[in-house]
Amino acid sequence: MNDRPNGHGNGHANGHLVAEDREHSTFRVKREVFVSPDVLDAERQAIFDKCWIYVGHASEIKNPGDFHTRQVAGRPIIFCRDRQGNARALINSCRHRGAIVCRERQGTTRQFYCIYHGWTYNTDGSLKAIPGDDAYGPGFDKKTLGLVEVPRLEQYRDFYFLNFDHNAPDLATYLAGAKDYIDLVVDQSPSGRMEIISGIQEYDIKANWKLLVENSVDDYHLVTTHSTWLNYMRNSGVNVAPAKGHMLPTKGLGKDLGNGHLTTDNPNYRGRPVAKWISVYGEEAKADIDAIRKELVERLGEARAARVADTNRNLCIFPNLVINDGSSVTVRHFYPTAPGEMRVVAWALGPVEETEAQRARRLHAFLTFYGPGSFATPDDVAALELAQKGFAAWRDVPWSDLSRGMGKNEEQLATDEGHLRVFWRKWSQLVETRP
Amino acid sequence: MNKPVDIPLPNPPPLAGEGREEVTRAEVEDFLYYEADLLDNWKLDDWLALCTEDVGYYVPPNEKLDADHRYTLFIVADDAVRLRERIIRLKDPNCHAEYPPSRTRRLITNVRIIGAEGDTVTVAANFAIYRHRRNEPPRQFVGRYRYTLRRTDSGFRIVERRACLDAEELGPMGAVSFLL
Repeated sequence: MNDRPNGHGNGHANGHLVAEDREHSTFRVKREVFVSPDVLDAERQAIFDKCWIYVGHASEIKNPGDFHTRQVAGRPIIFCRDRQGNARALINSCRHRGAIVCRERQGTTRQFYCIYHGWTYNTDGSLKAIPGDDAYGPGFDKKTLGLVEVPRLEQYRDFYFLNFDHNAPDLATYLAGAKDYIDLVVDQSPSGRMEIISGIQEYDIKANWKLLVENSVDDYHLVTTHSTWLNYMRNSGVNVAPAKGHMLPTKGLGKDLGNGHLTTDNPNYRGRPVAKWISVYGEEAKADIDAIRKELVERLGEARAARVADTNRNLCIFPNLVINDGSSVTVRHFYPTAPGEMRVVAWALGPVEETEAQRARRLHAFLTFYGPGSFATPDDVAALELAQKGFAAWRDVPWSDLSRGMGKNEEQLATDEGHLRVFWRKWSQLVETRP
Repeated sequence: MNKPVDIPLPNPPPLAGEGREEVTRAEVEDFLYYEADLLDNWKLDDWLALCTEDVGYYVPPNEKLDADHRYTLFIVADDAVRLRERIIRLKDPNCHAEYPPSRTRRLITNVRIIGAEGDTVTVAANFAIYRHRRNEPPRQFVGRYRYTLRRTDSGFRIVERRACLDAEELGPMGAVSFLL
């Protein structure tokens, strides 16, 4: 990707909060955007009420009656499969007086039941029964009093997104170039079916949610923030020496996928369960990884297999879904709970065909780098929380700098900030140019 | 470095030799209190010396405490190799989440021996761990341990250590960057 301000339909970013100066090759973001309740309100309206927001994966609602309750776009949502087999996103609030009607985290049910006055709803949201319904007048229409359904729910290759904007473009259009990178994830399964693995990592970071967007794709911080992880890799016999002229072992790129979506795209050095062996896996895993690789080549051909198995990609789907496809596959969404605080929810994703040993290897690799008990994520959390503390002086030090890599004509590296600017341009377009 | 104040530690509790007497709860309690002291004082190499060569250290996900780490995504699932690496990391000033090291205080209670076979005992205990860092509100980690301990001539050794958190999600605990 070259660093073009108007690429893929993104607007200029010369507003008040995001300032791009092409002449001097600088790109700055006002720190106010990380601390201001007004900015968060604006984001809720301009972003979370308008964009496609990740809600869940098809593998989580395999059977009729399966449900998960989640916080999505600031609302309590029931993500479920109704008894007719349709995926649904219902607002988890009783039509009578508002109480949450489904309190469990997940499960399988025939109905949703409000404990307050006993109103019950079918899994498609329709109102099933009201205790003492003879007390209502003749115009009272139960058919209109089902759980409110989120206006739009669409999926791309089993990843379900919802949208509160009736007039939003369809999901496939919205995802733009991000679709190719989801395809690279799904291609790892022989049948094209990936599944969310049980076990949820759900934790808070005392930092603005946008800092995790930046952090998830920012390879510039890897060497300083994650030196203890690099030590672990080195101790385990993995070559993590920087490539000539680069900060990291391979020359990785930052890419603009359109519509505010972005990714890193790095030749692999840190191993992949599908399918690149490193010493951490142990000698005994070599033959198995070879077999996975062979299946990949037979099914996809040499070139596509290499594309899938020899590159690592941290994909950010605007605004708040990150799929890290590297030493394991993570699905991670996060949302603001206050200007200076976010909730992160993360899952592991794997091919449904995986054997016991393959699944165990995938999960082991996940936990080394990713998640709140890993060798890396806690240090990211520390860095983000330090930044948030620094923003207390936002009036005195008003700007953050994201100019790295600007002004050069060749492609943007993953250690540049060109792909971070993709996010901020889209953010600015939505938040700063609202009517 | 802003390390917690060093306090004198008791010697490892003496142990009856293998096959001589039944393990008592008092012996197990002494061992767990000694272990807690080591961890609270960041004597991590001494702590690691209490672990067997095939040790496992687990923090299961909050919503699935009885899960198997081979099929389920955990918070922590360390084999002996990674646990040794974790100790290397925790001692490194570049372990940013734990530098300066957090002050922790572990309260270990409700200790019970729930199984014994040969030289192995299974132990349950409750814990409340308070973690303090400068300019941060204290964080509390409350839950239950499940240990598998092996009796040796030089005292108990940890074969498996599982820390199950009571909270429904990590939430405000944030990261689990120190040893629970």
